[in-house]
Amino acid sequence: MKDDPVNDDRRWLDEPRNVDRVVRGLYVLCALVFLADLLYTKDPHFGIENTFGFYALYGFLGSVTLVLVAKELRRVLMRPEDYYERSGDDD
Amino acid sequence: MTINPALLLIAGALPIPLLRGRLRAVWMMLLAPAALAALWTLPEGVHGSFEILGLQLETLRVDALARIFATAFLAAALISMVYALHLRDALQQTVIPIYASSAVGGALAGDLITLFVFWELAGLSSVFLIWAQRTERAYRAGMRYLVAQVASGLLMLGGIVLHVNAGGGLEFGFIGASSAGGLLILLAVGIKCAFPILHAWLTDTYPEATIVGTVALSAFTTKFAVYVLARGFPGTGELVWVGVVMACFPIFYAVIENDLRRVLAYSMINQLGFMVAAVGVGGTLGVNGAAAHAFADILFKGLLFMSMGAVLLRTGTAKGSELGGLYKSMPQTMVLCVIGAASISAFPLFSGFATKSIIMEAVAEEHRTIVWLLLLFASAGVFHHAGIKIPFFSFFAHDRGHRVAEAPLNMRVAMGLAAAGSILIGVAPNLLYGLLPYEMDYSAYTTSHVINQVQLLLLASMAFTVLMRTGLYPPELPSVNLDADVIYRRLLPRLWRTSVTGLTRLRDATAPLHARAGRLTSSSTRPLQTASWTTDVMVLWVALLLALFLLISLL
Repeated sequence: MKDDPVNDDRRWLDEPRNVDRVVRGLYVLCALVFLADLLYTKDPHFGIENTFGFYALYGFLGSVTLVLVAKELRRVLMRPEDYYERSGDDD
Repeated sequence: MTINPALLLIAGALPIPLLRGRLRAVWMMLLAPAALAALWTLPEGVHGSFEILGLQLETLRVDALARIFATAFLAAALISMVYALHLRDALQQTVIPIYASSAVGGALAGDLITLFVFWELAGLSSVFLIWAQRTERAYRAGMRYLVAQVASGLLMLGGIVLHVNAGGGLEFGFIGASSAGGLLILLAVGIKCAFPILHAWLTDTYPEATIVGTVALSAFTTKFAVYVLARGFPGTGELVWVGVVMACFPIFYAVIENDLRRVLAYSMINQLGFMVAAVGVGGTLGVNGAAAHAFADILFKGLLFMSMGAVLLRTGTAKGSELGGLYKSMPQTMVLCVIGAASISAFPLFSGFATKSIIMEAVAEEHRTIVWLLLLFASAGVFHHAGIKIPFFSFFAHDRGHRVAEAPLNMRVAMGLAAAGSILIGVAPNLLYGLLPYEMDYSAYTTSHVINQVQLLLLASMAFTVLMRTGLYPPELPSVNLDADVIYRRLLPRLWRTSVTGLTRLRDATAPLHARAGRLTSSSTRPLQTASWTTDVMVLWVALLLALFLLISLL
């Protein structure tokens, strides 16, 4: 709908300050689970799993790659919303 | 006396249009539980076998593999029907149990003819869930859907004929892709299972169905196909790579797709990819993994489609670019959606964690490093689009000012059922493992597995956060993305038009030549062309041309 802020129903999450808090909390949590690799003995099927923080690094880098590649794919794949409905073109 | 649960559903569906109000609601809610009771009181083995035209049919065969799929289909039937209770549309309410019966009957089919009948019924009944939208756009989408389903049915029939002629027998057991008949059947299954390139009908047409229709569609056809794969093609090595491609390519589309129901359709192919790869690996863990994940997927994918359906019902749109901030108006739907998102993302304590991990374990035990790495990438990817994108852009993100009512009670109950099932499987996976076709010694909850999965998912969510806050994340834009459906929605019709106008021009241009040639040959007794065309060949060609014409005009 409209892009201007809606003020009739302000909630805790509408404060940018609180969003920052949530994000900081997430970063701390991520750092903690990254370091969790110190705490247990691995039971790997593949040698690569022995890399310190393998799953964390793979999850982060894999996701960034996914999003950035998908974004570039838009140049090739993206069409206007009515692409298949334009008169005379789809029948 | 044995009762076929599928026939019970069909028989129970027929009176639905005649019933009114509360009576209809009660009847609809009782149907699936009655069929479940019928299923679970059937002892293992073959029932309902008879001979017709010299063919030995086994219409009802119960074993562990058949039972777990049939149970999942009946659970989905119950949930979809509860989700449909608010409708005043007898058409959809009648079609859902009939469509569900096709998957149940297929799972319980002991021979290929019975399988084929239910395979066709699945396509022919479900198209009404698209047409029930009652718009021109839905009519066309339904036609495209029907062409794919009928093509799959024809391939299946041809495959069965070849398979039986080659001495494979009518019994529906292992088929394998080594014979021509087996290959045709695999191709038929590949259409309904959304193998790459053959997948376009799914992402093209599922989001065009009604709100309730998409929920029902998400449960049956594709998982029915997974069942046929698990029964007929376990250990077919090529399927591993087919599955890997299915798991990986849709996540790129899902990231940039704007219609959130279409995002879920892509994520469905991604999840099917895991199951197909598992069937390809085969063995105890492979087949168990495919069956368990199909069961879990029916619940959590249904849940996600239901939550987006509720959003669509209340706001009138399912587009990411028009949604946001709905947690204020629809908090219960939001919580249920997040449970679905956590389940598909395989968070510990949710169903995907208990089921997808069997597949990863099956691949790891075969030491398929690249396959495993790609599936792990797809696991992070599914969290991105289904786990984060779906709830984030609809319920959070930018408040678009939608102030709407919470979803209707029956929808919340249906979502609650699916959510409860997803959590139950996640918390007590042994309940599901006990239903699996093979005994296995496997536990999802090991220290390393829990930690590794949390690491993968949390850091993936951090990637999302970083990309959002740096503005690198692609915004939701009103758009469509080109996929394989461009071939039959754009290229083929264009080619057809170009060639027709080209031919007309050619005919007009050569008209004077024709006239001259006619004068030259008029002395000879009869032109050559007419001599070689017998009536039946002509009729055949006309029929073929008409069929082609029909096909193209339907597209």
